[in-house]
Amino acid sequence: MKFETPAGTNPIDQRRVIGKPTPRIDGPLKVTGTAPYAFERNDVAPGHAYGVIVGSAVAKGRIARIDTADAARAPGVIAIVTHENAGKLGKAKAHTATMLAGPMVEHYDQAVAIVVAETFEQARDAAKRVRVDYARAKGRYDLAAAKAGAPIAPGDKMKTAVGDFARAFAAAPVTVDATYTTPDQSHTMMEPHATIAAWDGDTVTLWTSNQMIAWAVRDMSETLLIPKEKIRVVSPYVGGGFGGKLWVRSDAVMAALAARAAKRPVKVALARAQIMNNTTHRPATIQRIRLGADRTGKITAIAHQTWSGDLPGGGPETAANQTQLLYAGANRLTETRLAVLDLPEANAMRAPGEAPGMMALEVAMDELAEKLGMDPVRLRILNDTQVDPEKPERPFSDRHLVRCLEEGAQRFGWARRSATPGKMRDGRWLVGMGVAAAFRNNMNMKSGARVGVDRKGMVTVATDMTDIGTGSYTIIAQTAAEMMGVPLDKVIVLLGDSRFPESAGSGGQWGGNSSTAGVYAACVDLRRRIAQKLGFDADRATFADGKVSDGGRSVDLAKAAGDDGISGEDTIEFGRLNDDYAQATFGAHFVEAGVDAHTGEIRVRRMSGVYDAGRILNPVSARSQVIGGMSMGIGAALMEDAVVDPRFGYFVNHDLAEYHVPVHLDVPHQEVVFLDTLDDKTSPMKAKGVGELGMCGAAAAVANAVYNACGVRIRDYPLTLDKVLKGLARV
Amino acid sequence: MKPFTYERAASPAAAAAAVARTPGAKFVAGGTNLLDLMKLQIETPRHLVDVNRLGLDTIEPTAEGGIRIGALVRNTALAADARVRRDYGVLSRALVSGASGQLRNKATTAGNLLQRTRCPYFYDTNQPCNKRQPGSGCAAIGGFNRNLAILGTSKDCIATHPSDMAVAMRALDATVETVMPNGQTRRIAIADFHRLPGSTPWVETALVAGEMITAVTLPAPVGGTHIYRKVRDRSSYAFATISVAAVLRPTNGTARFAFGGLAHKPWRVEAAETRVDGGAKAIAAAALAGAQTTDQNGFKIPLVERTLASVLAEGAAA
Repeated sequence: MKFETPAGTNPIDQRRVIGKPTPRIDGPLKVTGTAPYAFERNDVAPGHAYGVIVGSAVAKGRIARIDTADAARAPGVIAIVTHENAGKLGKAKAHTATMLAGPMVEHYDQAVAIVVAETFEQARDAAKRVRVDYARAKGRYDLAAAKAGAPIAPGDKMKTAVGDFARAFAAAPVTVDATYTTPDQSHTMMEPHATIAAWDGDTVTLWTSNQMIAWAVRDMSETLLIPKEKIRVVSPYVGGGFGGKLWVRSDAVMAALAARAAKRPVKVALARAQIMNNTTHRPATIQRIRLGADRTGKITAIAHQTWSGDLPGGGPETAANQTQLLYAGANRLTETRLAVLDLPEANAMRAPGEAPGMMALEVAMDELAEKLGMDPVRLRILNDTQVDPEKPERPFSDRHLVRCLEEGAQRFGWARRSATPGKMRDGRWLVGMGVAAAFRNNMNMKSGARVGVDRKGMVTVATDMTDIGTGSYTIIAQTAAEMMGVPLDKVIVLLGDSRFPESAGSGGQWGGNSSTAGVYAACVDLRRRIAQKLGFDADRATFADGKVSDGGRSVDLAKAAGDDGISGEDTIEFGRLNDDYAQATFGAHFVEAGVDAHTGEIRVRRMSGVYDAGRILNPVSARSQVIGGMSMGIGAALMEDAVVDPRFGYFVNHDLAEYHVPVHLDVPHQEVVFLDTLDDKTSPMKAKGVGELGMCGAAAAVANAVYNACGVRIRDYPLTLDKVLKGLARV
Repeated sequence: MKPFTYERAASPAAAAAAVARTPGAKFVAGGTNLLDLMKLQIETPRHLVDVNRLGLDTIEPTAEGGIRIGALVRNTALAADARVRRDYGVLSRALVSGASGQLRNKATTAGNLLQRTRCPYFYDTNQPCNKRQPGSGCAAIGGFNRNLAILGTSKDCIATHPSDMAVAMRALDATVETVMPNGQTRRIAIADFHRLPGSTPWVETALVAGEMITAVTLPAPVGGTHIYRKVRDRSSYAFATISVAAVLRPTNGTARFAFGGLAHKPWRVEAAETRVDGGAKAIAAAALAGAQTTDQNGFKIPLVERTLASVLAEGAAA
C-alpha cells in the first residue's frame, strides 16, 4: 500500500480497540519471567557452549602478538577465535569500527578474541588467560581539543542558512550568545547485548537482542560474507535498546564466529562493564547558540552550531536538528561539525540529535526570556511557527505546541513561579520551576506484515517488528483487532523473526506508527480477500463482532476463513507527505526542582508534560514511553556522564555503580497529558511516535528549574552539585 | 573468576587458622563485595573459608553498658535493632543510607569494615593501580578523581574507603574484636583499624594474616542528637561524595564529627570537636587541615563546611 495522500476516514477511526487504555498483552509473560530473552533460549540450542569476549586493553594501536596457548589449555576450553584464525571478514557499512579487532585496534574494549568453553565460569576464567601484546598508538580523545578545524559533517542539512544571520544578530537589541556542553552518554538498557548462535551447515541462526531485524541480517551478511538467505535472526523480546541495538554488535558477530569454530551453538552476553566501551554511545557535544530578538520577544536571528566526534568514517550527533524547525525567525544558521576521535563508536541513542540539542536550545530560550524580562512560556508561544521556517512554503502537517504550553502551564500552576530566581524556599530546599518545549521529528519507515485468520477465528499477525519494551505487541494486536472486528484476545502477535515480512523495526520513534500502518495495510489486503471469497463488495463489507457483513448477509469470520484459513500480506510505503509537510511531535515540559541550599544537591520534585503526537494508539504504553523519556531527561540533566580519561582514551566509569542513571527516589510523580490530535499526513493510523518525545527538552526544563531555584546557570551538563556550589550563596 | 577451593569453618579460631595456613586464602561472609571482585579478577583468592555459620550474629549488651555486635550481624539487622536505633541512631542512619535493601540483607558488619575502594581504576584490570597491583602506579592521580580522597593521601594512592557504617562507628568510638590464628584475641580501636595508604596502599587494615573479626563493640550510649548526612550525586544507591556522622550535645563531652568520602579511612579529628562553638567553618578548618585536592575534587572542602552547617542547623532544630 502506498501512502501518498492524507488519510481519510478508515476503520481505525472507529476506535473500538485503538486508543483504548490497554495493558500489555505480553505483560503476564514478562512479570512471570516466562518471556524468553536471547540468553535464556536454552530450548533452541541444546548442548550450547559459552563464549566470553576479550576486549582490547588499549584504545588505539596494533595487536603485536596474541598468545592463546595458556587459555587453550584451561579446563573446558573448546575454541578460541582471534583475527588470526577468524577467516576473512567484511565490515558492515553500518559499522564504523569492526566487531573484531586485529591487527589494528580502533577503540578500547574492542573485541580481540572470544574464548569458548563448556561452562560460563570456565570461559570467563580462560578469557583472562589470553595474553595480548599491543603496540600503542597515540589517539585523539578530547572533543574540545579536536574541535578546532572540524569540518561540516557529511549528510543532509548539516549546514543551513536563511536570510542574513550575522547582520540580524548584530542588529538585535536583545541577544544571547552561549556555549553548552553535553557529555558522552551510555544507553544502559537493562538487558545486555546477548546472542546464541547456531550453525546448520552453511546457515546460521542468531537468537539475539536487536531492534532492527532486517538490518541485523544485512549487517551479518556483510560481516560474515555469506548471503542474507543463509542468516536467520530471531529477537522476539528485547530488554531495552535505546538505539544501542539498532545494529548487530560484537556479541552477535563473535557468537557466530565462535559457534563456527566450536562446531556447536555458542551463547554470548557482554558483561555490563564491557558494554560502555565495546558498544556504542551517544557522543558528547559542544554547542554554541546565538539568539537575537526584538524588544517584543520576536526572534530575528537564530544560530546553532554543534560539534561532536567519532571514529574516522563515523557520523555526527545532529544536535542542531530541532533548531531548523522549532521557532520562527527570518535569519537563521545551523552547522553540524564532526571531529575525529578515537573513542568507541559514537552512534544513535534515544532521540539522537534532539535529545542533546534541546538541552542547549531550550536553556538558551530561558536565558533569552530572562533578558527580555518575559515569561519563558510566552516567549515560546510568541515564536511559534506553523511552517518550516527554513522553507515557508512547507507547512507543518499538524502542530499544537502552543496548546501544549498553555495547557501545561495551567495544569502545573506555572503562574505561581517567581520570575526572579531564589525566591521560593521550602525548609532547606531552594525551589524553582522550569519550562521547556518538547520536539522530536516524526519519521516513517516502510513496514510489512502478514495477517491470517484460522478456522477458529483467531487472527495471527506476523511481522519482523520488534518490541523493545515499548508495547509493540499490544498496539499491533489492537490494530489487527480493530481492522478485523475481533476482540483483543482473538489476536496472536508474532514478532522479531527474519522469516516474517520486513517491518520498520524499532528506532527513531518511527516503530509505533509505521509498524501498525503496515499491519493496517496487511489487514486491508486480508479484508479484501475475505470479501472476495464470500462474494461481498470489498469496499462496503464491515468487520465487527467476529463477523463479516455486507448488506443483509453476515458470515462468521471463522467460517469465512474455512479449514485452510486465509491470509493477507502487504507493506505500507510512504510517499512525499514527509517532504511536502514538516512532520514532528511536540510537547511542553514543566519541572519543579529543589536545590539544597547547603550542599547544592538537586532533586526533581514535580514533573509534568503535555504532548501532541497525533493519535495515541494505546494511552497506557504511550504514557510509559513518555515517563521513561522524562526520567531519562532527569538522568541527562543531573547525573549521566560517561567520563573520558584523555590519557588512556576510554570511558572510566563503565559500570552501573559509577555511571549513574536515576533511581526511583530521583523520579517524582510525573503527570502526562496527550492532546487529542490526529495527523492525517503521517499514515492511515494518523499517529506519530512518542518513544523519544518525552526525553526531548526534559533535561532543559530541569536545568531551567534549577536556575530558577538558586540563580546558578550551568551550561555544562550534567548539573552536579560541585557545579552548583561554585555559584551558590554562602549559607 | 579463578578456580578456588572452599571450606566451611567450624569455629572462629579454626577459621583464622585455616586462612593463615592456606596460601591465598580469604574469609567469605556475605560476599557482596568479594564475589564481585573475584568475577573481575581484582581479587583472586585460591581458597575461601566460609564463616557464615559460625554464629557471631547476635547483638548483646556488654558489662560496660554498651553493645557487642557480632561480626556476622547483617547490615539490615543491625540498622533495625531497637537498641541501635534508640542509643546509636547515627549508626542506624548510616547503614540505611548505604547500598540497597538486597545488599544490606547479605552484607555483614565485619565485611562492611573490610569492603574495598570504589576507585574506578582499581576496578579496571587493564589500568595501573598500586592497591590492586603493587608498584604498577596510580592511574587516579592525574585521572578521573572527582570523588577520591583529599586527606591522608600519598603519591601512591588517593582512594577512599566507601563505607557509611564505619564512619558512624568512628564517631561512636567503636572497638574491633578479633581472633588470631593462634587463638588469641585482641581489641583494636576503630581509629587504628583502617590505615592510610602511604607507600603500601594494598595494606588497608591493622589485621595480620589470618586474623578474623569476631565483633564490634560500642561503648555505653552517650546520648545527644544523632545525624548522618550523606551527600551524593543521586538520591540512593550511590557512594558518598562526602558524609558526616555527627553526635551533637552528648551527655558528656563535646560534639563528635566523623567524615566519609574524604580519605582511605573514616576521618575524624578530635581536636576539631572542641571548636564546635566556632560553627561549621571552625570545625571544617580544623578537620580538613592538610587537605590536598586535585582540580576535580577541591569542591569537597567547601562541601564539608556547608554540610556541617546543615547538620548543625538540623541539630539545633531537633
